[in-house]
Amino acid sequence: MQATIATTLDLKGLSCPIPIAKTAKTMKQLAPGELVEVLATDPGSVPDFQAWSKATGNPLVEIGEADGVFRFVLRKKEA
Amino acid sequence: MSAEVVVLGGGVGGTLTANLVARHARGRAHVTVVDETGRHVYQPGFLYVAVGQERPEKLVHDEVGLLRHDVELVTEAAVRVDPVGRSVALASGRTLPYQHLVLATGCRTVMAEVPGGEGAHDFYTLAGAIRLHEALERFAGGRILVGVAGIPYKCPPAPVEFVFLLDDYLRSRGVRESSEIKLLSPLNRAFTIETTSKLVQPILAERDIDLCTFFNVETVDPEARTVSSLEGETFEYDLLVLVPPHRGQQLIEDSGLGDARGWVPVDKTTLQHAKFDQVWALGDATNIPISKSGSVAHYEAPIVAGQIAAAINGAPAPATTYDGKVMCFLETGRGEATTIRFDYEHPARSPRPARVWHWGKALFNKAYWHTVPQGRLP
Repeated sequence: MQATIATTLDLKGLSCPIPIAKTAKTMKQLAPGELVEVLATDPGSVPDFQAWSKATGNPLVEIGEADGVFRFVLRKKEA
Repeated sequence: MSAEVVVLGGGVGGTLTANLVARHARGRAHVTVVDETGRHVYQPGFLYVAVGQERPEKLVHDEVGLLRHDVELVTEAAVRVDPVGRSVALASGRTLPYQHLVLATGCRTVMAEVPGGEGAHDFYTLAGAIRLHEALERFAGGRILVGVAGIPYKCPPAPVEFVFLLDDYLRSRGVRESSEIKLLSPLNRAFTIETTSKLVQPILAERDIDLCTFFNVETVDPEARTVSSLEGETFEYDLLVLVPPHRGQQLIEDSGLGDARGWVPVDKTTLQHAKFDQVWALGDATNIPISKSGSVAHYEAPIVAGQIAAAINGAPAPATTYDGKVMCFLETGRGEATTIRFDYEHPARSPRPARVWHWGKALFNKAYWHTVPQGRLP
């Protein structure tokens, strides 16, 4: 079953570590398996989200960039 | 007739802006600073109060003594700004009309937003730093956790500086060996800036300070003495020190001048309000993606003052805008420190920690009262 994005966080213009903190907060409210889409412009967010995903076990299922906007899709880990 | 310039807030940004406008538009402007307490507080000193290296009374000065004689000080709370009618309502019911308004209102800390936050200490207010120092004097060993309960917060290096100074303090009291210090960082490194993190992380390890990464504080349980993160980890503590959540002032929120957290939206180069003409904001009050620190307010004040003075003098707007410049010191303990300098275009650089930077910071802290508010330091 293809999961749809439960919520989108527009964090463009914010610099680290704000995107990580806001994503952690949102992730907490999601059900296991739900997806969150994050839009950010801070180039530092790429290594930050990769490391955060690895550290917390919430998989980073998509990562992309278009016109200076980075897009991340993370899946809430199973309980 | 003189142009009315009203500055809300008598901290570093408000005081310096008021003095510079009065100097550059002398005879053409009437500058009023509105500050509820009438006392100027040097917040970078809170850290030192917490570890017993500074006396609280050294950090407070009467605001009137820092202002030029031609700047009027109104010691009263501002309760509402009418940005359309261009006036400020004061607690007494008096109204101050303005042609130019500067929001230098800083921010407030709201530990109450953290469930169980009453169980935590902090050094983000003078009262908090005094209380923390008292707790540290009684501390006989155990686990001290230092974490971050909300972003953005003032002085991003402060938690790192605090753990280094805490290490020194506990050693001086002979209780370091029976103590554990853990720094809970919201990121995967000690500090936002990667280059500085690389510099300080080996020093943390050398001092036996444990760095715990991706720990965004969510709740505290003061009964069980535990703190839990949004990431799902929980640690026990004997003494907990948290950076409290921050938000803009109530006045900003009540007047519809800010975003959902009360941060004032401004152009990041001119510092003019995104919505209202003749309104500027600087320092901790704004929403710009740069450190909340006195250093930023210090560099922003001439930009704001320059635009206001030019408008009053009928001159073209100055070409110089705020370039995101930040310069701060970072104590690394044992009498050494480093510095962090960056701007919008240039990433941060930090020299190897050395005694000279520690003494530089100590000298700056003393010299502040005679240089920065008066505009004697560029």
